[in-house]
Amino acid sequence: MESLLAILVGALFTVAIYLFLSKHIIRILMGAAILGNAVNLLIFTAGRVTREVPPIIPASADALSDAAANPLPQALILTAIVISFSFFAFLLVLGYRAFQELETDSSDEMRVAEPVGEQSPPAGY
Amino acid sequence: MAGTSKVLEDFSDVYAPGPLALADWLIVAPVVWCILVGSVLLMLRKRTDVQPLIAIPALGVLALMTLGLLAHVVEGGTVTMTMGRWLPPFGISFTVDLLGAFFAATSSLVALAAGIYGRSDVDESGRRYGFYPFLMLIMAGILGAFLTGDIFNLYVWFEVLLISSFGLLVLGSERKQLDGAVKYAFLNLIATTLFLVATGYLYGLFGTLNMADIAIKASELRGTAPLMTLVTLYLLAFAMKAAAFPVNFWLPASYHTPRLVVSGLFAGLLTKVGVYALLRILGMLFPFERQELSFLIAIVAALTMILGVLGALAQNDIRRALGFLVISGIGVMLSGLALGSPAGLSGAILYAAHSMVVMTALYFAAGLGARLGGGFELSSAGGVYAQNAAMAGLTLMLFFSVAGLPPFSGLWPKIMLVKASLDVGAWWLAGSILVTGFLTTITVGRIWVLAYWRPAPDTGTAAAVSPLPVGATAALFGLVVITTAFGVWPEPVMALAQEAARGLLDPSAYVLSVFPAEASQ
Repeated sequence: MESLLAILVGALFTVAIYLFLSKHIIRILMGAAILGNAVNLLIFTAGRVTREVPPIIPASADALSDAAANPLPQALILTAIVISFSFFAFLLVLGYRAFQELETDSSDEMRVAEPVGEQSPPAGY
Repeated sequence: MAGTSKVLEDFSDVYAPGPLALADWLIVAPVVWCILVGSVLLMLRKRTDVQPLIAIPALGVLALMTLGLLAHVVEGGTVTMTMGRWLPPFGISFTVDLLGAFFAATSSLVALAAGIYGRSDVDESGRRYGFYPFLMLIMAGILGAFLTGDIFNLYVWFEVLLISSFGLLVLGSERKQLDGAVKYAFLNLIATTLFLVATGYLYGLFGTLNMADIAIKASELRGTAPLMTLVTLYLLAFAMKAAAFPVNFWLPASYHTPRLVVSGLFAGLLTKVGVYALLRILGMLFPFERQELSFLIAIVAALTMILGVLGALAQNDIRRALGFLVISGIGVMLSGLALGSPAGLSGAILYAAHSMVVMTALYFAAGLGARLGGGFELSSAGGVYAQNAAMAGLTLMLFFSVAGLPPFSGLWPKIMLVKASLDVGAWWLAGSILVTGFLTTITVGRIWVLAYWRPAPDTGTAAAVSPLPVGATAALFGLVVITTAFGVWPEPVMALAQEAARGLLDPSAYVLSVFPAEASQ
């Protein structure tokens, strides 16, 4: 199971990086969404992946049995999902506003903050 | 793989030994206070007139809290507070050592100055966009990152400060700001995601996220686990946060677009959180891997400082030149990390603290200078000195400080770092620090000569001279006093930085504070 998940995570990373290399904001955004999911799966895989034993300590024992699922990665992923969701929402709005204001979604043409052919500083007094 | 690190036989172990001393509440108080005041300000977001009246005293209280915390840590050593009575490594701890407390105190002083400066720099619309709530929340993120003792928690605080920084960056949503924010937001998001990837691997390898626990286990796992991969990932993620070459291009693209006070705050604090994380994770948790990577870090450091200052030399806009100087300073700090010796690390810590104050003050000074000199363009600005000699003098002091000229604060950490690199025979690293200092002197000297010393260009229409806002000038003056005081009387701060570096190199006190039970066994 772990190896299957590892391959899936690798594939998602590939897709995300491919999308990141694009010029268009909307494709980069999709890359960010996919990367977020890939990382969540990665954390999930880093814990124990099992569905046989729920992480409940029986009355007779003091600790979880080793075969039990690990609840911590799920808590971590929950946090990470909430955070990446809010980021994604913000970036979506930011991308849309940038598109409205700058009339482009190509990062090559976004040169308002760093215009091409800027003046050099004066060489003399 | 991951699992519980030890089987508990006795459940009484799980409970914290007793109620905390009142002074120990100072560990979380700054963060809680920031969130509390931030949310109150958020509720009052339409009352833009009362916001500064609440936020500035609140930032003053925050500064007192973090200074109190620093005094507490200096006196009593590292302190730990664990949430929810779950003992580490299971619960989330806030662990404050000297490094964290020192950075927290410096950054809240800077934030206080930013709050005061913002009163005149942020107009009505900026306040409606939520300048003060965001300022409090970004401080919550920054202080949380400095004070936490848990790596996943560190990630969460990074996100808190990142999302507030997005808000501050687009304050007013001008065209330029949206353009800069797109680059800033995407690249920083990728950096935090890399951080999360590394944290996922870390959890997979160690089964714990508590820094003290990792510090213990790192030596056990060395050789069997791919720690180098992990540490390199962390290096990449935090180098991106800190804007080290070659992953620094988001910084000059975005730092000149927001309000001056926001640029100043970012330049002072955000990149230093990246440096802090590098010091904490590479310097304290994985010293062996840092040793292996030290040559790489040294090359990155040298390229960052030299290319940063060359970038600054090529800029016509003062704000953009300052952005490149921020990058150059990061290179100097990284050289300390690369050396890894007590002198190197304490030099890096000292330089980071100096840079927090000076870079913020430089942006503030540029803002006030632009009011007098007619803009940020070197080609057209001029005449600040003729209008307000005191203001020009303050700026000159800051320029001296950032260039590392005596008697200001940039000098001491640079001396420490140059000496530390010569001690290990890294003459080229010492050389690049010195060359950087020389080039920085040229850069800031030119800014001063052109924008301050040169008479105002005769444009025919005399610019209406508005008196400088008192609060903003006072904030700038306060920061200049701090940097000058440290420059002429460096011993206490130097001793503090050396002690903090010792704490990084020998984390036994840190571990002892988190696991007091194991120490007694």
